[in-house]
Amino acid sequence: MLSLIIFLPLVVGLLLCVVRLPDLVARWVWVVTALAEFVLVVTLWVTARPGSSGLWAEEQLRWIPSVGVSYHVGVDGLSLPLLGLTAVIFVAAAAYAFAQHDRPRLYAAVNLFLQSTCFGLFAAQDLILFFVFFDLSIVAMYLVIARWGHGATHRRSALKFFLYTFLGSLALLGAFIGLFVASNPHTFDMVALAAHPPLVGRPGAATLVIVLLLIGLAVKTPTVPFHTWLPPAHTDAPTVGSLVLAAVLLKMGTYGFVRIAMPMLPESWRQWSWVIIVVGVVSVLYGALVALAQTDLKRTIAYTSVNHMGYVVLGVGVAGLTARSDEVARQIAVTGAVTQMVSHGLITGALFLLAGTFWERRQSYALDDYGGLARSAPRLTAMFGLAAFASLGLPGFSGFVAEFQIFTGSIALAPVTAVALLGILITAGLFLRALQRVFTGPQRGASVDFADLSPHEVLAAGLLLVPAVAIGLVPRPLLAVITPAAQTLIRQLGG
Amino acid sequence: MNALLWLVPGLPAAAGAVLALSGVRSRRAAVTITLTVAALTLVLTTGFAVGQSTVRTPFLAKADLALGMDPLAGVVGVAVVVVAVLVLVFAGADVTESPARFGGLMLLFVAAVLTTVAARTLPTLILGWEVMGATSYALIGFDWRRPAAVTGGVVAFVTTRTADLGLYLAAGAALAGGGTLDLARMSDVAEPWRTVVAAGIAAAAIGKAAQLPFTFWISRAMEGPSPVSALLHSAAMVAMGGYLLLRVPELLARTPVVGTTVAWIGALTTVGLGLVALAQRDVKQVLAASTSAQLGFVVLAAGLGGVSAGVGQLLAHAATKALLFLAAGAWLSALGTRRLSALRGVARRWPLLGALATVGLLSLAGIAPLSLWAGKEGVLAVALSTTSSRISSEGGWPLYLLGLLGTALSAAYAGRVLQIIWSGRSPETDRWDEFEPGTRRIEPAMWPPLILLALAAVALGVLALPAVSDPLAAAVGGPHPAEGVVELIGSAGLALVVTAIAWRRTAVAERRPVRSTRPTRLLLDWFGLERAARAGLVAPVDRLAGLLARFDDRMLDAGVETAAGRTVALAGAAARFDRSDLDGLVEGLGRAVRRLARLARRPQTGQIHQYYLQSAAVVIVVAVLLIVIG
Repeated sequence: MLSLIIFLPLVVGLLLCVVRLPDLVARWVWVVTALAEFVLVVTLWVTARPGSSGLWAEEQLRWIPSVGVSYHVGVDGLSLPLLGLTAVIFVAAAAYAFAQHDRPRLYAAVNLFLQSTCFGLFAAQDLILFFVFFDLSIVAMYLVIARWGHGATHRRSALKFFLYTFLGSLALLGAFIGLFVASNPHTFDMVALAAHPPLVGRPGAATLVIVLLLIGLAVKTPTVPFHTWLPPAHTDAPTVGSLVLAAVLLKMGTYGFVRIAMPMLPESWRQWSWVIIVVGVVSVLYGALVALAQTDLKRTIAYTSVNHMGYVVLGVGVAGLTARSDEVARQIAVTGAVTQMVSHGLITGALFLLAGTFWERRQSYALDDYGGLARSAPRLTAMFGLAAFASLGLPGFSGFVAEFQIFTGSIALAPVTAVALLGILITAGLFLRALQRVFTGPQRGASVDFADLSPHEVLAAGLLLVPAVAIGLVPRPLLAVITPAAQTLIRQLGG
Repeated sequence: MNALLWLVPGLPAAAGAVLALSGVRSRRAAVTITLTVAALTLVLTTGFAVGQSTVRTPFLAKADLALGMDPLAGVVGVAVVVVAVLVLVFAGADVTESPARFGGLMLLFVAAVLTTVAARTLPTLILGWEVMGATSYALIGFDWRRPAAVTGGVVAFVTTRTADLGLYLAAGAALAGGGTLDLARMSDVAEPWRTVVAAGIAAAAIGKAAQLPFTFWISRAMEGPSPVSALLHSAAMVAMGGYLLLRVPELLARTPVVGTTVAWIGALTTVGLGLVALAQRDVKQVLAASTSAQLGFVVLAAGLGGVSAGVGQLLAHAATKALLFLAAGAWLSALGTRRLSALRGVARRWPLLGALATVGLLSLAGIAPLSLWAGKEGVLAVALSTTSSRISSEGGWPLYLLGLLGTALSAAYAGRVLQIIWSGRSPETDRWDEFEPGTRRIEPAMWPPLILLALAAVALGVLALPAVSDPLAAAVGGPHPAEGVVELIGSAGLALVVTAIAWRRTAVAERRPVRSTRPTRLLLDWFGLERAARAGLVAPVDRLAGLLARFDDRMLDAGVETAAGRTVALAGAAARFDRSDLDGLVEGLGRAVRRLARLARRPQTGQIHQYYLQSAAVVIVVAVLLIVIG
C-alpha cells in the first residue's frame, strides 16, 4: 500500500513522459492521479494500525545488504500528517495548474515525480533511502524552477536553490555516515538507530555528527542564517512550484529534526537544545521583521515562512529542556511543532497560490503596483484575507492550534522564549498593511480590470483553506495521531 | 439538551460565515436572514441564561473547548444579543452597501462575543477574543474604499492584539504553574506564575476595554459605520474587556498587585478620558472617549472585586451608549456630519430623536434615577467601602475621589453635548454632507431600536434598588456595599450641578470663537498616545525591519553569493593548477621515472659475469650495512 502511494505518481509521470497525450488529457491524468493518491492516503490513515515496531503499513526489502541499507518504509504519527499534507497539496497543485499552458504534459510529469519523492521521504525508514528521496526532490524542484520559472533571474535562482540545498544534503550525508559508522552492528536503518542510539557517551564524535545534521536540516528548513536561498527561489518559481516548495519541501528539514536528530542523538539534542531554541527564536523575529520591510508580495510570504518555521524549531528545541522535568509541556511543544508543519503547509500554500494569480494577470508582485483590488476581485480579496488572518495565527485556523501549543509549551519550559510572541504581533501588522495596500482604498495601477479568481483557482485555494479551518476548530483527529508519536519521541529523548 | 449550548455561538458563527461569503445580492434577503438568525440566537441565549450548563469537547492537550453559562455569563450574554438585534434592525435601514457581508460579519462578531462570554478555558477564551478582534477589524474597515476606515481597523486590531499577547503569556504561565488552562482554576496556579497569569489576563482586558494606555484605538475605530460602533463600543467588544476582569475576581484578589493596578488604571481612565471627551468636536469622538471613561468604572470595580457593581455599570452603559451611538448614526445619515458645530440644534429639528438622545445623555451624565447613575453609584460604593475596610491599602480615598471626579466629568461632557443639540443658534450647515451625502430624514425602521434602548437606559435605573441589586449580587457574587444616603444624594446632586454648569458654559462659549490652547490640543488628540505609539514603537520597529532587510540582502545573501563566487574562483585556480602546474608535475614525474628506468635498464646486460659482479657488490654493501647498524 505504502509503496503504491510512493511510486504511483512516478510511474504515471514516466508514462506521461513517454506517451504523447494531448494536453487536456495530460492535465486530467495529473488531477486523477493526485486524487487517487489522496484517496490512498486517507485509506491508509483510516485502516492502517501500528505493527510490532510501532510503524504503520511497514514494508522492508533487501537493497544493499552489505552496508546495512534496505528499502524500508513505514509511517507513524510524525509522518502520517505530512503524507496527508502532501496528498492535499498536490491535489491543489493539479487543480491550480489546470490552466497552465507551457508544456503541461511535461509539467505534470515533473510534478508527479516530485510528489513521489515527497511521499518517499516521509515514508522512508532508512537513512540512505531518505537521502535519495531528499536529493531527488531537489533535482525535481530545480527542474520546475529552471524550466517553468518566471522573472529575469529564474535560472540563477534555481541554481542557487539547487546548490545551497544540495550542499545541505551533503552535510546530511556526512552525518548519516557518522551514524552508520558509530552504530553496532553497522546499519542505516532508522528504526534500529532510534531504538539503540549510537554515539552515546562519545561526546566528540556526537558533536560532529549533530553539527552536520543541524546544518543540513537548517538549510532545508530554512532557519536564519541559512535562509537566503528561499526568497529568490519562491519569487521566481512558478506558482505550483512555490506551493510545493513552501508546503512540502521545507517540511523535509523540520521532519528531519523529529525523525532523525532527536531520536538518534538524544543526548546531543539535549545538550544543544539552547542553541536550537535561540536559532528558532531568532528565525521567528528576524523572519517577521524582514518580511515587514518587503515590498514584493511573494518575498513577504517567503520571509513569513522563515518566521513560521522558526516556531517549529523553537518547539522541537524546548523539547530538549529537561531541567524542569515537565514532560507534558515538552510533549505539547513537540505536538505543536508537528501541527505547525501541517498548518504552515496549508496556509502558506494558500497564500502562494493566491499570490500566483497576481503574476499570471499582471506579471508583478510589487505591492505598490496594486490598490483597491477589492473592487475588481472580491473573491481574491476574501480568500487572501482569510489566508492572511490564518497566517497571522488567528484562532479558528490551524495556525493557532499549532502556535498556541508551541507558545504554552515553550513558555512553561523556558519563560524567556515568550519573546517569540512578538512574532505573531509583527506578522499581524505586516499582513494587515499588505491587505490595506493591495486590496483597499481607491482602485489604481494594475488593479484596474484585474480578473477575479476563476473557479479552478478558488477550488485550489479552498482545498487548502478548508482543512486549515477544520484543523483550527476540530484539531482532535489530527492531534490524536500526533500526540502518541510526540510522547514516544519525548521518551526517546529521555532526560 | 445541554449540547444545544454549542449552538449559542455556533448558529450565528455558521450562518454569519455562510452569509458573508455567499454573495447574496438582495438586501431584503440578507437583512431577513441576519435578523432571523440574530433572533434565534437571542432565544437560545435566553434559554441558557437561567441556570447552569456546561459543554466540553477535547481541543488541545490539557485544554478542552468548553462553554458554560452561569448568571454572570447569562446576564451579559443576553444583554449583548439584545443590543445586537436592535442594532441590526437599525442597520437594516442604515447600512445599504454589501448587506450580506455586513450581516454576516456582524453575526460572526456576535458569535465571537458569545464564545468569549461563555468561555471556560483559556484557549476557548482566546478563540472568541481574537475572532472578535478580527471581525471588528473587518467591520470598522467595512467601507474599504475609505483609507481612514481601513486604517482605523488596522490600528484597532494591532493595538488590541498587542494587549492580547498577555493571554498567550498567561496560558504558558498557567501550564507551568498548575498544568491547567481552566479559567476558574487560574487562582490556584502556583506563584510566581499566578501573578504572570493575572497580569497577562489584565493586560488583554485593559487593551480591549480601551483603557489607558491603549485608549487611542477606539478613537480610530469611530471611522466604522455607526451601527458597528453602537454594538462594538457599547455592549460588546470594549465591554468584554471589563467582563473578562469580572470573570476572574478570585485571581485578582489573590494577586493584589495586579488587582490594585487594574483599579488604578480604571480610575485614571475615567478621569483622563473624561477630559478627552470634554475637548472633542466630533460627536462620535465624544462618545468614544466616554466609552473608555465609563468602562473605567467597570475596570475600577473589577480591580476592587466588586463584581455585581461592575456588571451593573456594564449593563447600564451598554443600553445608554448603544442608544447614543444609534442616535449619532441617525444624524449622520440624515445630515452627513458628525461635527458638533454642524449638529447644533439638531434636537429641535427632530424632537423625538432629540428627546431620546436626551434620555441617553442624561443617563450618561449620571442624573438620578437613570441607569448610569445607578451603575456608577454601585461602583463608587465599592470604592468607598475600601476607604474604611481591611483592604484600604488597595484602594482608599484616592480611588474614590478619582471616581467622583470621573462622575463629574461625565456630567460635564454630557451636559455640553446636550446644550449643543438643543441650541437655538443655527448650525454650520456648510459642514453638512462633509462625511457622506445626508438623506435629511430619519428612516422609520430606526425608531423601534432607539425607543427600546431609551427605555432600557431609563429602566436599568432599578439597579439602584436593593430589590434588584441584592439578587444580582447574590447571583454573580462580589461585595455589595450599600452607599450612605449622604453619598447617594451628594453624587446625584454633583451630577445635576455639573450638568447645569456645563450647559451654561457651553451656551456662553458658543458665542466666542474656539481658542486652541496647548492643553486642549493635547486632549483633542487623546493625549497624543497614538502619535507616541507610532513614533516610539511602530517607527523603530520599521527602521529595524528595514535595517535587517538590508542586512539580509547585502550582508547575509551577499556573503553566500561571495562564498559561492570564491568557490568558483578557487575551482578556476585549481583547474589552472591542474592544467599547468599539477599536470606539469605529473609530466615531470613521468619524465623522471623514465630516466630512472633507463638507468635501471643499464645493469641488465644479459651477461652472467656482470650479474655476478653486481651480486658481489650488493652482498658487500649489505655486509657493511649490517656491521654499521649492528
